[in-house]
Amino acid sequence: MILFILRRLLAAIPTLVAVLTLVFVLVRIVPGDPAVAILGDRATPDAIAALDAKLGLDQPIWRQYVSFIGQSLTGDFGRSMVTNRPILTDVAAVLPHTIDLTLAAVLIGTLVGVPAGVWAALYRNRLIDIVARMLSLIGLSFPVFVSGVFLLLAFALHWHIFPVIGNADLADPVDRLTKLVLPAVTLGLVMAAYITRVTRSAMLQVLGEDYMRTARAKGVPWRRVVWRHGLRNAGLPVVTVVGLYFGILIGNSVLTEIVFNRPGLGKLIVSALNQRDYTMLQGLMVVYCFMIVLVNLMTDLTYGFIDPRVKQA
Amino acid sequence: MRWLLRNRMTALGLLLCTLVVCGAVFAPWLAPYDPSDQNIVDKLQPPGGEYPLGTDAYGRDVLSRILFGARISLIIAVASILSAILVGGTIGMISGYIGGRTDRFVMQVMDVMLSFPSLILGLIVVALLGPDLENLVIAIALTAIAPFARIARAPVLSLKERAFVEAGRALGFSHARVLFVHILPNLMSEIVVMGSLWMATAVRTEASLSFIGLGVKPPTPTWGGMMRDGFEAILDAPWLSIWPGIAILLLVLGLNMVGDGLRDATDPKLAGG
Repeated sequence: MILFILRRLLAAIPTLVAVLTLVFVLVRIVPGDPAVAILGDRATPDAIAALDAKLGLDQPIWRQYVSFIGQSLTGDFGRSMVTNRPILTDVAAVLPHTIDLTLAAVLIGTLVGVPAGVWAALYRNRLIDIVARMLSLIGLSFPVFVSGVFLLLAFALHWHIFPVIGNADLADPVDRLTKLVLPAVTLGLVMAAYITRVTRSAMLQVLGEDYMRTARAKGVPWRRVVWRHGLRNAGLPVVTVVGLYFGILIGNSVLTEIVFNRPGLGKLIVSALNQRDYTMLQGLMVVYCFMIVLVNLMTDLTYGFIDPRVKQA
Repeated sequence: MRWLLRNRMTALGLLLCTLVVCGAVFAPWLAPYDPSDQNIVDKLQPPGGEYPLGTDAYGRDVLSRILFGARISLIIAVASILSAILVGGTIGMISGYIGGRTDRFVMQVMDVMLSFPSLILGLIVVALLGPDLENLVIAIALTAIAPFARIARAPVLSLKERAFVEAGRALGFSHARVLFVHILPNLMSEIVVMGSLWMATAVRTEASLSFIGLGVKPPTPTWGGMMRDGFEAILDAPWLSIWPGIAILLLVLGLNMVGDGLRDATDPKLAGG
């Protein structure tokens, strides 16, 4: 198992470098000099040159690339141009909020989506299946900021069940939880919709397999056959989807944070956009790169956990 | 039962899409008011009466703005997905046709692009280029290139080994002709299906970017921008965020239903799956 983890960790490094390269290229291919964009059209050439030097933009492009990759890999994400604070400090301050939100969303998505998908598959083309499919189609058609606003209108403004402002006090578990419910449900429902669809089709394939009939013939109760033998084999595609849709989840968390006024990575990125804080933007993208690679790694490790055959591969 | 359901869902989806397209095309005749006409005396009127869906903080008619807003959503979705199909599809087909190391490299690049959250990617690109119609199309197209490259590549891998390709080459046709005249038609159905599903995503992405404040600039009405304005006045005028929200939902749902139906119809493996 340790060897398996080590091998995956090593394999993650080239991916990380590749994603970082994408960020580097993306920030550079944009027309115009960032220094001009920051200082405005009427800036003196001296001021522009000074800022270029400060941002390292006067160096040859390969130099910039090497130092960008080197610094990113050693955990130096740079400083904000506006506040001059290290980017990691700002990120660390809001990261617990974002982690709370994404984990809760994945949890809700799995707890709703997996059973719904299994039931839909078991009752294929019956009422449960049709309702589940309709609901999941509607769920994944909802842009999160729309469902977020609707939930906010209903449960915070109309019925006053949950608070409107989402700036949770991390030290107070009750406050932390009550302010998490609406945003987590908003994000979790989209996740649940995706997971329902994948679980359903994975389960439909598994239900026809020989080992299911064998288990049944051995006298194992059908319930157990479905949830033990069936779900475990349908698990791989489901985990793949959870991992794949993490990207969508991250994008959606930006919108959720805006709607519920929650601190988090998304709010940081939007305020960096408004302030034209280019170094902050680049640093945040690097943070996202690390998160994506981390999630891919966890997906891989979960494969090994669900299906022991993967470890040998 | 399945047939009935599938066709009903597809038909409903088509109906929803047609409604939105008609609303967009005939907006000047359907809209009761000019979408940017400010009538400050009638600001924040609730739905009903003179203004069927109410008015916003500037006294503009919400119904008229939704009708005209459909144009932006549709134009951006169609233009960005067509460009993504053109660029991504070409990359994928050529890459698959060449095969070998080039193919592996290109697909690795596409995988990297695919792994980056599309909303964040779109957000950065629009922020750097500046928010206008053209740049929104570029940004959204960029997020959809990788998936279309993947979709176009996969079938080419097996198609290029088929006899008709060899026959074409033996007749002296160029690689380009074999690829685009003989192989391409075999990919069309899959690309059309994915196209309609990705149109739904494009509508959602455009609305999301507008909601963040990176959409086509006001006073042009966009659904995401209307949600944003409505969100700021959510305590006084909840209908301002409800109507555009419903409009976005219906269009995205319609496109997803059509895409799902088309996929079931073209892929027997996935039928009912």
